[in-house]
Amino acid sequence: MNRTLYNHLIFEYSRKGRRGFTLPRRDDAAGSIEAAIPAATRREASPELPEVDEPTVVRHYTNMSTNNFGVDTGFYPLGSCTMKYNPKINEALASTSAVANLHPAQPFFTAQGALAAYWQLQRLLSEIGGMAEFTLNPYAGAHGELTGLMVIRAYHADRGDSARTKVIVPDSAHGTNPASAAVAGLEVVEVHSRPDGTVDLDDLKDKLDETVAAVMLTNPNTTGMFERNIPEIAETVHAAGALLYYDGANLNPMLGIARPGDMGFDVMHINLHKTFSTPHGGGGPGAGPVGVRHGLESYLPTPRVVRDNNGYYTVSEQSNSSLGRISSWLGNYTVLRRALAYILSLGKENIVNVGPLATLSANYIMHSLCDLYELPIPGPCKHEFVFDGLKDKSSGVTTLNIAKRLLDKGFHAPTIYFPLLFHESLMIEPTETESRDTLDAFILAMRQIAEEAKNNPDELKQAPHHTPMAKPDETEAAMHPRLTWKDLTS
Amino acid sequence: MENIYYLPTHEYIRVEGDKGYIGISEFAAKQLGNVVYVDMPEPDDEVCAGDDFGAIESVKAASDLYSPVTGIVVAVNEALIDNPRLVSENPMANWIIEVTIADPTELGDLLTPEAYAEHCANEKH
Amino acid sequence: MFRPHPYFPHTQADVDAMLARCGVADIEALYADVPPELRLKHPYDIPEAMSEPELRDYFARLDAENRTLKCFAGGGVYHHAVPAAVESILARSEFLTAYTPYQPEVSQGTLQYIFEYQSMMCALTGLEVSNASLYDGATATAEAMLMCVAAARRKRRVLISATMSPAVAQVCGTYARWHGITLETIPEHDGATSLEQLREMLGAGDVAGVILPQPNYYGIVEDFTGVAEDVHAAKALLVLNCVASTLAVLRTPADWGADIAVGDAQSLGMPMNYGGPYLGYMCTTRALMRKMPGRIVGATTDRDGQRVFVLTLQAREQHIRREKATSNICSNQGIMALHTAAYLSLLGPEGLREINEAGCAGIHALVNALAPGGRLTPVYPDRPYLNEVLLRVADGLTARQIIEAAAAQGILAGIEVAPDMLLVACTEMQNRADIDRYVELINDLPLHE
Repeated sequence: MNRTLYNHLIFEYSRKGRRGFTLPRRDDAAGSIEAAIPAATRREASPELPEVDEPTVVRHYTNMSTNNFGVDTGFYPLGSCTMKYNPKINEALASTSAVANLHPAQPFFTAQGALAAYWQLQRLLSEIGGMAEFTLNPYAGAHGELTGLMVIRAYHADRGDSARTKVIVPDSAHGTNPASAAVAGLEVVEVHSRPDGTVDLDDLKDKLDETVAAVMLTNPNTTGMFERNIPEIAETVHAAGALLYYDGANLNPMLGIARPGDMGFDVMHINLHKTFSTPHGGGGPGAGPVGVRHGLESYLPTPRVVRDNNGYYTVSEQSNSSLGRISSWLGNYTVLRRALAYILSLGKENIVNVGPLATLSANYIMHSLCDLYELPIPGPCKHEFVFDGLKDKSSGVTTLNIAKRLLDKGFHAPTIYFPLLFHESLMIEPTETESRDTLDAFILAMRQIAEEAKNNPDELKQAPHHTPMAKPDETEAAMHPRLTWKDLTS
Repeated sequence: MENIYYLPTHEYIRVEGDKGYIGISEFAAKQLGNVVYVDMPEPDDEVCAGDDFGAIESVKAASDLYSPVTGIVVAVNEALIDNPRLVSENPMANWIIEVTIADPTELGDLLTPEAYAEHCANEKH
Repeated sequence: MFRPHPYFPHTQADVDAMLARCGVADIEALYADVPPELRLKHPYDIPEAMSEPELRDYFARLDAENRTLKCFAGGGVYHHAVPAAVESILARSEFLTAYTPYQPEVSQGTLQYIFEYQSMMCALTGLEVSNASLYDGATATAEAMLMCVAAARRKRRVLISATMSPAVAQVCGTYARWHGITLETIPEHDGATSLEQLREMLGAGDVAGVILPQPNYYGIVEDFTGVAEDVHAAKALLVLNCVASTLAVLRTPADWGADIAVGDAQSLGMPMNYGGPYLGYMCTTRALMRKMPGRIVGATTDRDGQRVFVLTLQAREQHIRREKATSNICSNQGIMALHTAAYLSLLGPEGLREINEAGCAGIHALVNALAPGGRLTPVYPDRPYLNEVLLRVADGLTARQIIEAAAAQGILAGIEVAPDMLLVACTEMQNRADIDRYVELINDLPLHE
C-alpha cells in the first residue's frame, strides 16, 4: 500500500471534449430522440459527468487502488468476516465472455450450461450443509437471512398458524439478525448469553412459546464458541413448534466437522463470500444461498432451477406455497461460479481440512497472545475468538488504539467493539489460508503493541502514523454531510 | 429541580402546568458524545407514554427517543435542526419537544431525580 | 496428514508447532465440545479435487452448453459494450479483495470510488443523496417501498403501477406481504399508468408511497406531469424506478418531483452475466437522507488537513436501532459501484447520450423494417418509446415460436410478455446487418393455421 494519499477525484480531471470510449458507427437515419420522445419528457441539461480520456481514467483508479488494503495486500483478520484468500482461478472462470453475454431471459436450451452450474452448486451446498435443497437467489448474507425468515413465515402461514410473530435472537448475534427479522415483519426477542458466550438455555425455554416463529443461532457463535447444547436446543425449539435458523456467517470452522442439518437446523444461509472464497469486493456483490431441510422445499423463493428426468434444466416460476420472489433473476451468477470453482478445486479430500486449519490458526494466535490480552472466554475456540482489550488497562490504551496501530504495522484491524458482550472487544479470525509465518508476524506486532502500551502509550493513542491518511474528522462529516462532488464545489 | 421526571431510557420531562418539555438527561448526553442529528416529530403529532417519538444521533450511536407521557406535540425545538450540538452542550436547557400532558397520573410511573441518579449509577457497571 | 493444496500454506511441521503452542496433541482436541453424534458420519459426497487445468476443462464443458445470442432482449437487462478499461480496473485486487471500508485509513480507494459513484448517480437523477448498497433494481425498489412506509410512520398503503416490470413488482409484493404493507396496483391505460385511477386511489387516503416506472416495462416513456403534486398533496412519497442509462436523456426524477429514484444500474455497461451481479441504485433528497438504507460516504478532513472520505451517517436505522430496523442492508455493492463510476468516467455525458441515440435509432429502424411484413407491430403505436418496444405477434405465430426459432439462428428475439406479445430492445450492440437479419428471420417464419 502507498504511504502517500492519492485523493484526487475523477471530476478534477474533467476537461470539456475529452472521451474515454467510442461507440460503433451507425447509419440508421430513423428515430432521433427528439423525434421519438416528447419534449416534456426529455432531459433539459446534460448530466454533469466527468469528461476524461482512457489513460487518465486507468491511472486514476489504479492510483486509488493503492490506497486500499485487501486480502491480496496482507493479513485481514476481521472477525466474523472470514477474509480468506480469493483464488485467481475463480476470477478467470467468472470474468469470461462465455458468461458475460448471456441474457437471463434467453431460452433454456441456450443456457443449459449456466443452469447446470447453478444446479450443481445447489447440490454441493445441500450436501455440505446437510440440507435437502438450496436456493441460490439471495444476493448477500443479510438477503439470505431475510429470505430464510420468509421461508419460516411461509411455513407457518401454510399451516394456518398466524400467531407466530416473534423471533428469538441471542444478544451476541450479528446486527443483521434482528434487522432481517424486523424487515420480515417479525418482532425480536433477545435471549441472554451465559458467561461463556453460549445461549442461556433456561432463558431460551422461558421465552419459547406459541408466538415464536423461529430461533436464529450462529454456531459457532460470535465469540467463537460451539453451542454444545445444540441437540437439546433443537429439541426444545421444535417441541415449541418453532423452527431453528442457522446463520451461516460462521460456517467455515464446521467444514469437515459437522453439518448444520445434522445439528437440527431447519433453515440456513451461507455467505459464499466468507466460507466459499468469493471476493468481498469492498462490500459486495456477495451471495447468500438459503438451504432448507426436507419438507420445507416448497416455501423457497421463485424462480427455481429444476431438472427433469432427462437431465434437462428449466426455470420454474410456479409454486403456490413459495414465499414469493426476492430477486430479479437467479442471483449473482458469476459469484456462484466462483464458489463452485472453489469447492471443486478443494474437492472432498481437501474441503474437510478447511475447518480444522482455520480453528488451529485461531487457537494458535489466542495461545500466543493471551498472556498480554484479556481473554474473557477461555478454552479452545473455533475459527475466531474475542479479546477484551489489553490485560493491563492502566495505560488507557483502547481497542481502537490497538486496531489503528495494527494498520501502521501492515495488518488490517480485527473486528472491534463487537460482539457487544464486552467493552473492548477485539475479534480475531485468521482463516486457513494464512501461513504460520504470517500468523507469527501478526503475533509479534500484537506483542509489540502491548509493549508500546506500557512504554509509550501517548504515541500509541495517536496511531495510525504510517497510513496514507491520519485520523479523519468524523464529527464534521456527520454534522455537515458533503456527499457529492457538487456538495464540494458549491 | 422540582417537577422533573425521568424514564430509565434517559429522557426527562420538565412539567410546567399542563405542558411538558421532553429532552435527554445529562447522563445520556455524556454517553452519546457529539450529537449530530435529532429526528423530531411534527407539531400536532400524538405521542404515547413509553413509545418512541424520534431519535437522536451522534457520530457513534443512534438511540430512539421515548416519550414519558401521552399527549400532543405542541412544538419542537427548531434550534436543534441547525445546531443539534446544543443537546450535547446543555441537554436540560435544550429540550427536544413540548407536549400537552393528557394524563398527569402517568407522571407517577416515572423516576424521580433521586431514583434516576441511582439508576444511572447502576448502569455504569 | 494434510495433502498439499495451493490454498493451504501449512506444512506438517507448521501444524505440529502450532499444536504444541496450543498445548494439544491433535486438532481433534480443539473440537472436543462438538458432540460425537453431530460429527460428519461419512465424507462429503462431492467430487474429488480438481487441478486448475481440470477446472478450466470442467467450466469449458459447461459453457459449451450455452449459446451466446445476438441480443434484442431487454426487460431490465440490456446488452451494452463493456469497456476493456473497466474490466482492467475491476481486476485490481486491492479493490476486489477488500471488505466494507471500516478502517478509512486503509480504505480510501473504496471510499473514494463510492463518493464518485454517489456524485455521478446524483448528477444523473438530479437528486442530492445516493447510496451504493443495493443488490439490484427489484430489491432497491422494495427498499424504497420500505422507506416510504418508515417515513410515513403509520400509513401502510403503497401504490405501484401495473406498467412496472413484473419481476420488480413481484419482489415488492414479497417484501410487502411479509413486512405488513398493503401494496396495490394502479391500473394501466393504453400501456401507461392510469393517472386518473392513481388520483382516485390517492383520494382513498392512507397512502405512504407511489411507485412508477420510467420507461415502463413496455418501453413506453410515461408523462408524469402533475403526478408529484398529487402524490405530495396526499402526504405520500413519489418513487420513480428508472432504467439507469436512460437518465441521460429523459427528464430527471428530480424534475418530475420524485422523492426517491431507484432502479438497476445494469444498463450502465454491466455484463448481463445471466442475471447478476448488478447494482440497485437509490437516490433521494436531503430531507430523506437519514431514512435511506445502506452506507453513505462523505468528505471530511483528516488531522493533517487533507481531504479524505469516510462512511458517514452511520448511526442510522439498522445500525443501532436494530430491532426496529426498516432495512437490513449492511454492506456496499462495492465492485459494481466501481464498475459504474469507471464506466461513466469513460463515456462521459456525450458517450451516454450516444448510447441512448444508438438504442433509439436501432429500435425505430427495426420497427420500421418490420412494418411491411406486418408480423410484429407496436402494441401501443401512439406511445413514445426510447430503446424498447412491445410488439404484437400476428395471427399464425406466437412469441415463443419466434424466440425459439430465432435462438436456433443465434438471435435472442426478445422476451415473451404474453403469447402474442414480444418485448424487443436495441442498444449500440446491434448493427444494420443484425437488424436486417432479424427482419428476414421473422418474415421467413412459416405461419400456422
